[in-house]
Amino acid sequence: MMRWRFSRVGLVRTILIFGALAGLEILCRVGIIDRVTMIPPTEMVAALWNILETGQFNQDIVFTACNVLVASVLAVVLGFFIGAGLHALPRVRRPIEPLMSAYYAVPTFVFYPLLIVAFGVGRTALIVMGAMFGVVAMVVNTMLGLDHVPPVIAKTASILRLDPLRQLLLIRLPAAGPHLVTGIKLSVAYSVIGIVAGEFILATAGIGKRVSYAYDNFDNKTMYGMLLLLLLLIMIVNGILSAWEKRLHRRYGQR
Amino acid sequence: MKSRRFDHVLLLVGLLLFWQLLYLVVGPNVLSSPWVTVARAAALLQTKAFWGHIASTGEGFALASIISVVAGVLLGLGLGLHRFSGDVADPMLGTLYSIPKITLYPIILLIFGLGLSAKVAFGVIHGIFPIAIFTMNAVRNVSPVYYRTARIMRLSPGSTVATMMLPAALPEILTGVRIGIALTLLGTLIGELFASTSGLGFALIRATDVHAVADIMAITMLLFVFAASVNGLIQLIEQRMRHNG
Repeated sequence: MMRWRFSRVGLVRTILIFGALAGLEILCRVGIIDRVTMIPPTEMVAALWNILETGQFNQDIVFTACNVLVASVLAVVLGFFIGAGLHALPRVRRPIEPLMSAYYAVPTFVFYPLLIVAFGVGRTALIVMGAMFGVVAMVVNTMLGLDHVPPVIAKTASILRLDPLRQLLLIRLPAAGPHLVTGIKLSVAYSVIGIVAGEFILATAGIGKRVSYAYDNFDNKTMYGMLLLLLLLIMIVNGILSAWEKRLHRRYGQR
Repeated sequence: MKSRRFDHVLLLVGLLLFWQLLYLVVGPNVLSSPWVTVARAAALLQTKAFWGHIASTGEGFALASIISVVAGVLLGLGLGLHRFSGDVADPMLGTLYSIPKITLYPIILLIFGLGLSAKVAFGVIHGIFPIAIFTMNAVRNVSPVYYRTARIMRLSPGSTVATMMLPAALPEILTGVRIGIALTLLGTLIGELFASTSGLGFALIRATDVHAVADIMAITMLLFVFAASVNGLIQLIEQRMRHNG
């Protein structure tokens, strides 16, 4: 019974998605949506295939992927230690917390031009941008995770007479696991936003740069192909991290 | 209470000190000093053109917020009440929520052109999904006992929603609205950065083009203050309504 229901939900969802795509396809083909605005979905896929087959933008794809990786790692590691530090200092944390919740309501990448002046056009400015955007999500979630560590576990750590750093890394870090993974997921997402936004504004290479260049030149095939690639990559990474998050939550929920 | 205020002051002084030190390290080409920035912000606030930008941003933000909240809550209510539709839509909404909307900017620009509609659209695609998701979950989490009680009292579907379900789901819906409105503000500002001819985002991008560091810093600071106040205000309203509810 359950299985049947599940597959029916999946079926309706699939029909809905393909129906929407087919509708879009027809609207584009008939000319209700003109080609300057959007190309038919099948042509987007063909454009993406062409991009991958010729390998013309491989360098840009690798450039963006590497930058996102470095920026995410920086954001996660820095964010964890800042979060742990703030968690240990409640008097500093209390006034800082409202600032952090407002952080993502401001487009932080307005600082990007200033970063370009500081680091020049290139990798460094983009990576700093991405890390700056991602770090706060990790800080907030680290603090949340540490808040939820059961006191028993913390007591065990002090019974074992671990020094503070080992307590943090061996006991509290695993106990805060699910929240930390949420933090990692958000950090990666925000790093992507920071870096792609930076590439849109000014960069020498990268997926965002190719998209904005194609946009400026009315090259819709390249633009939609690259956008599709970007969205697919983001959804894959996000899917993997979400699955990891769900698994941890389930495991910790059962304890 | 007194020590808490003292902590705030201490933090503010610390931040200003950090800012000043950073300024001394990187120089006036990258940052402006706190004093210059505040002075510049005060000067900007006295010009008429700047208030025009503020009004333009406010208009876009207000429109986008209204659309996000109304459409998001209605969508969430519908999907929450009809379990099957909710099951179908749930992962789709999650995916739409998690897509970095900034990647869609060329498409929005091509569809809406430059101007008010583009930035409102940007705001709405940022805000509507979290509101819909939170509302849907809020409705689903309403305890079944309440529904049974409503049935026993023979309430019509309309009054069941109005007198039982909405009040029960309200706190969670409000959390969604707070997150959604913060994101709507972000979306509107991003829209202005890329696709506008007026507004604070536009003023910012123009300052960037001519590399007026003090202007960039001053506008960013004002934006941050504005966003933090909007955020704080909604949080306050949320707490108030929770107390009454």
